[in-house]
Amino acid sequence: MDFPTLLQVLDSTVRLATPLLLACLAGLFSERAGIFDIGLEGKMLASAFFSAAIAAMTGSVWLGLLAGIAASLVLAGIHGLASITFRGNQLISGVAINFLASGLTVLIAQDWFRQGGRTPALSGGARFGNITLPFSGPLADVPILGPIYAQLVSGHSILVYVAFLAVPVTWWILFRTRFGLRLRAVGENPAAVDTAGISVVRLRFTAVFICGLLCGIAGAYLAIALQGGFAREMSAGRGYIALAALIFAKWRPWYAMGACLLFGFLQAVGIRYQNLDLGLITIPVQVMDALPYILTVVILAGFVGRAIPPRAGGEPYVKER
Amino acid sequence: MDTMPRWADVALIPLLNLLIAFVLSGLVILAIGENPIEAVETMITGALGSTYGWGYTLYYTTNFLFTGLAVSVAFHARLFNIGGEGQATLGGLGVALACLSVNWPHWLVALPVALTAAALFGAAWALIPAYFQAKRGSHIVITTIMFNFIGAALLNYMLVNVLKPAGQMEPASGNFPPGASLPTFQDIFAFTGGTLFRGAPANITFFIGVAACFLVWWLIWHTRLGYAIRSFGQSEPAAVYAGISPVKITVIAMLISGALAGAMAINNVMGEAERLVLNSVEGAGFIGIAVALMGRSHPFGVFLAALLFGFLYQGGAELSLWTSIPRELVIVVQALVILFTGALDNMVRMPVERMFIAARLARAEAKRAKPAEAAE
Repeated sequence: MDFPTLLQVLDSTVRLATPLLLACLAGLFSERAGIFDIGLEGKMLASAFFSAAIAAMTGSVWLGLLAGIAASLVLAGIHGLASITFRGNQLISGVAINFLASGLTVLIAQDWFRQGGRTPALSGGARFGNITLPFSGPLADVPILGPIYAQLVSGHSILVYVAFLAVPVTWWILFRTRFGLRLRAVGENPAAVDTAGISVVRLRFTAVFICGLLCGIAGAYLAIALQGGFAREMSAGRGYIALAALIFAKWRPWYAMGACLLFGFLQAVGIRYQNLDLGLITIPVQVMDALPYILTVVILAGFVGRAIPPRAGGEPYVKER
Repeated sequence: MDTMPRWADVALIPLLNLLIAFVLSGLVILAIGENPIEAVETMITGALGSTYGWGYTLYYTTNFLFTGLAVSVAFHARLFNIGGEGQATLGGLGVALACLSVNWPHWLVALPVALTAAALFGAAWALIPAYFQAKRGSHIVITTIMFNFIGAALLNYMLVNVLKPAGQMEPASGNFPPGASLPTFQDIFAFTGGTLFRGAPANITFFIGVAACFLVWWLIWHTRLGYAIRSFGQSEPAAVYAGISPVKITVIAMLISGALAGAMAINNVMGEAERLVLNSVEGAGFIGIAVALMGRSHPFGVFLAALLFGFLYQGGAELSLWTSIPRELVIVVQALVILFTGALDNMVRMPVERMFIAARLARAEAKRAKPAEAAE
C-alpha cells in the first residue's frame, strides 16, 4: 500500500468512523446512567430518514438535521418511558425501537415519496458540503504532513468535526462536572444517588435524551452528509457496531474514539479490498466484516482486558420495596 | 397473595396489550391514507380465505413456532436469547451440508439426519455465548447479537467460497437432491383430489413444530431438568442453594434454545427453498422474541402467537400485493407488539392490578357489612 492509497483509506476511515463514534458516545451516556440501549440502530435509522425527508422537502440541510434529531429524541422518549417510568425490560424496549424504526421509515418514505422506500437524491443546500480548512491549499505541497492535513484533516463535513469534538466534551462532562459524577453514580448505585436527594428518574431521562440527541446527529450524518438521501435499512448494523465499540472501549470516551476508528478502518479496508492479500495468506472480506464482533466477544469474555459494565445497568430502579 | 386472578394474568393483560398494539397499527394505516378495516379484510381473505392462503400462513407459523419456543426456553432460565436469527442461519447451513452430502434415497431417511444437523449447528452457535455468560460473565444479550453478525458473515463466506456451484453468479448453494424433498401439504392432502394447498410452501415440518410444542411443555413442567431451569430462572441463589449448578443450567437451556432455533431450518431451507440462500431466515429469529413475549413463554401461548404472526406475515404480503401499503407494516405491528407486551407491560398491568385490588377491597367491605346487618 503506497502513501496516497493509505491516505485515501484513512480518509474513508474517518468518514466511516464518524457515525459509529456519535452513536457510541450516545450509548456511553445512556449506559453510564444505567440504561442499556440496543436501540441505537433504530434511532439512527429514524433520524436518517427524517433528516433526508425534511432536507428534501425544505431544501435546508439544517432543518433536516433538526428533524432527524427530533425523530431520534421521540424514540429515546419511548425508551425512557418503557425502561424508566414503567420499569420494563430495557433490552426488549430496544429491540422494539429497532423494529419500529425499520418498519416506519419505509412505510412513511413510501407514503411521502413513492420511490420504493427511498427519499429523493439530495444536492446543493440540502446536503452538508465538505469544509476546507484554512491553509490546506498552500500547505498541500509540504511533504508527508501537507497531504495529511489537506486530505485527512481538512475536507470533511461539519458533522465529522462535531463528532470528534464530542469526545473531549463527553470526557469533560462525565469526569469533570457535577452532573457527570451524578450520571456515573446513577449507573453504579442509584439508591445512593437517591439517598443524596437527587432524582434518579430525572438524571436517567437526561442521559437517555442526550443519547437520543447524539444518535440523531449520527443518523443525519449518514443520510445528509455521508450520502445524499435515505435508503431503506441504510444504518446497516452501524448501531450494533457502535454498541460493540462501546464495550470494546469499556465505556470510556477516548477509548471509544480508538475503537470506532479501528472499526471504521476495518470497514474502509473491507470496502476497498474485497479480499485482502497479505502475501502468505488471503483474508476474505467476510472476516473483515465479522472482525468487530469477534473482537467484542473476545473482550467481553475477558481474555484481553476485562470489560465490566456499569453495575446498575439494565436494572430498573425501584424506590420503595 | 396474588394481586390478580390467574386468568387476568394469562389472558386479559396480553389481550389488552395486543389491543393497544393493533389500535396503534390501525392509526398508522389511517395516517398513510388507507382504510384499516379494508386492510384487515384484505389480510383475512388473503391469509385465511383459501387453502393456498392457509398454506402460507401455516408455513410462516412453523418458522415462528421454532424460534418462539427457542426464546421461551431461554426465558424460563431468565436468559434473553436474541441470537435466534444467527442460530437459525447456522441451522440452515447444517441442513444444507446434510442434504448435499449424500444423494438421499427418500425423505424419511434424509429428514432425521437433516433435523439432527440443524439442531446441532443451532445449538453449537448458542454454546459459546452460553459458556461465556456462565463462566466469564459476559452479557448473553450482547454476545448473541454479535453472534448473529458473525453467523451472517460465516454463511456469506460458506455460500460464496464453498457451497456455490461453479459458474453460478448468485451466492447460493446448489439444489438439494430430489430424495431430500419434504412432502408439502399439497402432497399430504393429495387424497382429497390434489386441489388443496396447491403451490403453498407449508410442509410436514408444521407437525414437527407442533410436536416440539408438546416436547417443550413436557420438558419444562414435567421433568427434573425443566424444574431446575425454572427454579434457576426464578431465583439463582435459591437454585444454587438447592444444588443446581448455574453453569450447567445456563449452558443446557441455551443449547436447547439454540437447537430449537436451528431446527427451524428444516422448514425454510429443506421444506421450502430446497437450497441454501443468503438471509434465508428473514428475521424469523427476531419474531420469535415477539412470539415468546406474547405467548407468555408457554408452548400453547407460543402456538397461538405463532399462528397470529403467521397470519400477519401472509396477510402483510397480500396487502402489499393488492393495496399501496408496503409489507413493512408487519414490522411495525411486530414492533408495537414487542413494545406493549414486553417493555410497556407495566403500563397496562399497573392500572389493571389496582382495579382488581379495589374490587377485592369493595367485596371484603360488603362481606363485613352483611353480618353486621344480620345482627341488628
